[in-house]
Amino acid sequence: MAMKIGGRSFDKRAEQGVRDSYMRETVRTAQERLYTNKSQAEEELGDWEEWRSLSEKIRSHTVDNLDYYLERLSENVSKNGGHVYFAQTAAEANRYIQSIAERKEAKKVMKAKSMVTEEISMNEALEATGVEVIESDLGEYILQIDDHDPPSHIVAPALHKNKEQIKDTFSRRKGYQKTSKPEELTQFVRKKLRREFLEADIGITGCNFAVAESGSVALVTNEGNARLVTTIPKTHIAVMGMERVVPTWEELDILVSMLCRSAVGQKLTSYVTGLTGPKAQEDVDGPEEFHLVIVDNGRSNILGTPFQSALHCIRCAACINVCPVYRHIGGHAYGSIYPGPIGAVLSPLLEGYEDHQDLPYASSLCAACTDACPVKIPLHELLVEHRKVIAQEKKTTLGETFAMKGFGLVASSPRLFEMAAKTAPALLAPFTNKETIEKGPGPLKEWTAIRDFPGPKKERFRDWVKERNKGGAE
Amino acid sequence: MSSGNVQNQTTFLNHVADRLGRERRTTVNPPSYFSFPHQKMGKEADISELAKVLKKQCLAIHTDVREATINNLREVIDQVFVEYEAITAAVWDDPRFHQFGLDSIVERPQVSVWGEEPGREANIQAAEQADVGITFSDYTLAESGTVVIMNGAGKGLSVSLLPTNYIAIIPLSTLVPRMTQATAAIHEQAEKGRRLPACINFISGPSNSADIELDLVVGVHGPVRACYILVDDLKKEKKNEHETN
Repeated sequence: MAMKIGGRSFDKRAEQGVRDSYMRETVRTAQERLYTNKSQAEEELGDWEEWRSLSEKIRSHTVDNLDYYLERLSENVSKNGGHVYFAQTAAEANRYIQSIAERKEAKKVMKAKSMVTEEISMNEALEATGVEVIESDLGEYILQIDDHDPPSHIVAPALHKNKEQIKDTFSRRKGYQKTSKPEELTQFVRKKLRREFLEADIGITGCNFAVAESGSVALVTNEGNARLVTTIPKTHIAVMGMERVVPTWEELDILVSMLCRSAVGQKLTSYVTGLTGPKAQEDVDGPEEFHLVIVDNGRSNILGTPFQSALHCIRCAACINVCPVYRHIGGHAYGSIYPGPIGAVLSPLLEGYEDHQDLPYASSLCAACTDACPVKIPLHELLVEHRKVIAQEKKTTLGETFAMKGFGLVASSPRLFEMAAKTAPALLAPFTNKETIEKGPGPLKEWTAIRDFPGPKKERFRDWVKERNKGGAE
Repeated sequence: MSSGNVQNQTTFLNHVADRLGRERRTTVNPPSYFSFPHQKMGKEADISELAKVLKKQCLAIHTDVREATINNLREVIDQVFVEYEAITAAVWDDPRFHQFGLDSIVERPQVSVWGEEPGREANIQAAEQADVGITFSDYTLAESGTVVIMNGAGKGLSVSLLPTNYIAIIPLSTLVPRMTQATAAIHEQAEKGRRLPACINFISGPSNSADIELDLVVGVHGPVRACYILVDDLKKEKKNEHETN
């Protein structure tokens, strides 16, 4: 699976998302729950803003000195006996991983969830050489056996599916005979995959953070699958986006704390695993061979540009969980494995505007994403920055250029306006009663009213949510 | 240990520096942070307060808690076995089992000690088939209800992972406020240029997932149940203090 998902235009995908009332209900509930959990976790930490500022400082310092920290990281991995491969492109990374599989005569690869391996289409590359690749994260497994349905959220990839759909997929593909209870579905996967883990030749993981000072890779997980993947197979390959490095274990503490709280509202996930592979001579289990693949794949193009802070992202999805646009159109509409505000910022940077030029407009610029970001990436400002680039680079109408210059950076692009016209009735359903919407030019007026409220940064998003929920209950 | 290969490093890093608009950096001043909110947390708390925080957090992470003294630890472990309907166990080869008076458990035929059998597969198999895995905690983080374990040699990764249930024996002396203290200790090792254990686990309760409709399911690929047994290993020291007073 490359970064781009779904063939049709953004408008069509968005329209399909808006019409999928089941998906929208699931996403709404999920957003609310994740948002509440995060808010609680923030409060427990005391001065959240102080933590955010510290995290921002860590990320900007590291990315500003990325060459230095990557050098230290690679030297330390090597000193420990691990191998490092710097891959400029997806193809280079895949070729290297294929060559390890070939040398090991691997038949079965067990994978833990990793966005960067999705981004470079690693599974397809391995499968093309006859290697079986099994996703072991529950959400990813569900998607994999459902004809490789693309993920719709970077933390909970199967968020768009309900348990009935999952049960049907399990029965159809794997002969599952029990109910749609999540407990039973999960137990089924546990049993099924345990055998696979024991037989796997290679384990492949992503990397939440790599620690430069010790050559370690930290994995932040809940299910235990990443631990199995790095305990039983004799070879472990970790694939990391080149920006995912921290100087020392002390910074790891801060960023892991922020990641767990921002992603799922946990103080720490069930498993935070620090791997400094390969195993020592006297160790009995753990990988005998360890490879770290450090992937650029377009990231270096972001360095030294106004978008550099996009590389500070720690992939927590907090921005996705508060985004009103994501709430209505769902993850697939973004047409990228990176959805939501961070996806709208990253996808055009990594893959170019050609395929993703609509994404910077899939935002009301309400700044909820920026407010939610634990490392203070100014996401909505970066979306505006994208619009500027697009406007300057011909891919826009005269009207938009005028709007940009004349009225400042408001969300009045023709594209968004067009989309709003199409989707307004569904978007407005939770806010107003039906009668008003169906009358005359109502939808656009209402949409504009909602879009303009609140003004960026003037009101805290959580207060807005509270207010909005009150309105919905009446 | 021979060094591993590093490929394409120079080209890659030169390009990164180039994009950053400067020459490669061979030294970097450590970042100057202006605040340390993580170091303040729980700083004033004593062991009993930390234990209280830990126990409360265990409710949130679906983890059973038992309390024991060194004298009755064996009985407490046996009670958990009964409760979990467990017979077989996998344990670390760790001198603390002896120090905490657990020889009689370790020596049982249904208990497999890590590394006792030769060979990787045999040990993994034994852990995989065990009803319970038992390890000690090296650092215990009160805030998040986390057991930090430094694996290696007789302390196999599989013991806390493959069995259906997991018991962590937590000497109270291992309690610290949060992750900060554990990572500081690990950082100190790294700074001295020491090779870290190949696997350091921060374990907070049983494995779980919310991938289906965000409903939390406890027990996915790792242990289905987890129990922390807090053992008071400080009493003796206190008594000594009194005696010397």
